[in-house]
Amino acid sequence: MIETRGLTKVFQDKKRGAIRAVDNVSFVCKPGQIYGLLGANGAGKTTTLRMLATILEPTGGTAVVCGHDVIEEPEKVRAEVGFLSTATALYPRLTSQELVEYFGRLNGLDEATLKKRVDDIFQRLDMDSFRDLRCDKLSTGMKQKTSIARTLVHDPQVMIFDEPTTGLDVMTARTIISFISECRQRGKTVIFSTHIMSEVERLCDQVGIIHDGKLLAEGTVPELRAKYNEHNIEEIIVKAIGPNQGKSEARS
Amino acid sequence: MNLHAVGIVYRKELTEWLRDRRTLISTVVVPLLAFPLLITGVISLSSIMIGKAEKETSKVMIIDGEDSPQLLERLRKIENLEIVPYATNWRDQISNKEIRAAVEIPKGFQTALESSNAETIKIYFYQGELKSSFGANHVQDSLKDYRESVVKERLAAKNLPASVLSPFEIKQENVAPPEKVGGATFGSFIGYMVIILSMTGAIYPAIDLTAGEKERGTMETILSSPVARLDLVLGKFLLVFSASLTTAILSVISMGSSFYFLGRTHSMTSPNSPAMHINLGLTSVIAVFLMALPLAVLFAAVLMTVALFAKTYKEAQSYLTPMTFVVVIPAVASVMPGVELTPKLALIPILNTSLVCKEIITGTYHWNSIALIFASTCVYAVVAIFLAVKTFQRESVLFRS
Repeated sequence: MIETRGLTKVFQDKKRGAIRAVDNVSFVCKPGQIYGLLGANGAGKTTTLRMLATILEPTGGTAVVCGHDVIEEPEKVRAEVGFLSTATALYPRLTSQELVEYFGRLNGLDEATLKKRVDDIFQRLDMDSFRDLRCDKLSTGMKQKTSIARTLVHDPQVMIFDEPTTGLDVMTARTIISFISECRQRGKTVIFSTHIMSEVERLCDQVGIIHDGKLLAEGTVPELRAKYNEHNIEEIIVKAIGPNQGKSEARS
Repeated sequence: MNLHAVGIVYRKELTEWLRDRRTLISTVVVPLLAFPLLITGVISLSSIMIGKAEKETSKVMIIDGEDSPQLLERLRKIENLEIVPYATNWRDQISNKEIRAAVEIPKGFQTALESSNAETIKIYFYQGELKSSFGANHVQDSLKDYRESVVKERLAAKNLPASVLSPFEIKQENVAPPEKVGGATFGSFIGYMVIILSMTGAIYPAIDLTAGEKERGTMETILSSPVARLDLVLGKFLLVFSASLTTAILSVISMGSSFYFLGRTHSMTSPNSPAMHINLGLTSVIAVFLMALPLAVLFAAVLMTVALFAKTYKEAQSYLTPMTFVVVIPAVASVMPGVELTPKLALIPILNTSLVCKEIITGTYHWNSIALIFASTCVYAVVAIFLAVKTFQRESVLFRS
């Protein structure tokens, strides 16, 4: 479970002064549900997800992930979270297996559990053929599978995906989408951000529209359709943002 | 701090490091090959060049001197010397390396010599040009012999012994033990090299593990794992420190064996030359390493901290290259003759270690200074590690855009 309470992040910029990247955002994401965070570039999606993954520290408010406060117990939060984004690259000089094992060890798994877990994941994701290949020799699809294996190795209860399919080909993107769907089936709490509206319709149980760091609208896809009297999700986002449209783009 | 987590990070960094050709070359291959190649290369090249220059028949021109046939005859008899006909552009010919030197004999030299009023014979040559110097030296040596023979003839004519010119002899003799002589000659150099190489050995891994990680996009991956920032920094730091030590140890082994073989070869050819007496004690070398340890810690931590500010490998290189001078300048200053260890200098990092290494190598152990320098460098090192950890916790540095 994820619960954010007035989550805020202010960056100090020498030229532009204080920038409120995330402004008083509160939402709840329950186990077995997928929460989609939608918004333009620079709206505050990545910053929100980074704060949930404790890569960034909130400047105001807080969030509780699996009962642990992101400010008070960041290491315990990270132990419950699998974080995947286009920015989370792989170590080029480690093999696929070594990389997954490394993260398993950092998550405190003992060698026997680690071996069993790695074998299971590699078999499930059909990765055995390239487990001994160095990550810099892997294809994009193989790299994505290795990244998924990395996020799964410690069997986290919460999965955070930041635009996980951006820049990927159709086949690799499908692997990710079915993986996210599988996470829900396994009862995990899933939050993800995306620009691809078909993914939202297909996956999200709950959607939050964020703009200029503020959570402007929240609900299920049918609820939002009814509220904005609009079927197309892109149009819903535009209507939710309203007259503020374009500010985020200019800022990013 | 979780030592188990530090160990996991260190092992992973070590695996990656051993697989990185670029850092391996700078840490292992270069120090192992650079010294033997440099030392043997420079020495063989210079001995070939000198040997060739010595054997060359130098073309020398004589200006005037027709009225001094005895002197001319003497010059013509010099081995490896060819007297060429006089030309007015002799200065240009020397500059253009067409002839090696020119000898100007004053008018009426022979007559003046007999009446003890002889003027100066001038030898013109190309200063800094090896072959020209050899040509000029051949002429000068021959003229000195001639002068001595004239002196002897004159003393004999007056029934005076040759000892009248040098009533007593002066001789310098070394009483310092060979290791101290070796230490004075090469000791400061070894301390200097250990310091410089512990720095250069740390540069590439420091960049690779910080800015390199940002550039490759793995920083966010590792930061999303439950490892504490402190453990992450310490694991990375230990690898940079190991690389720094490896470079320094391999360099000293390589340098020591090169000098050893050079010394043996030299003592076979010229056994009385003291300059090549290299007899450094193992204890001294180990002591130098112990003194350099906290300095290597300091380098590893400072380099990592600075490199972390960069977003790319290239940017980090441009930050760290000027830092090399910060290390080279005090290290060079310590090698300068006359720079001695004082209580004030004992607090200046790098310079203090370099100076104390110079003393240790010569077998001098001033325990108070050693303790002060070791302790002060340890303090600087701990502060540097603390700074590195703090920098790793700064979002503005990790996610600089």
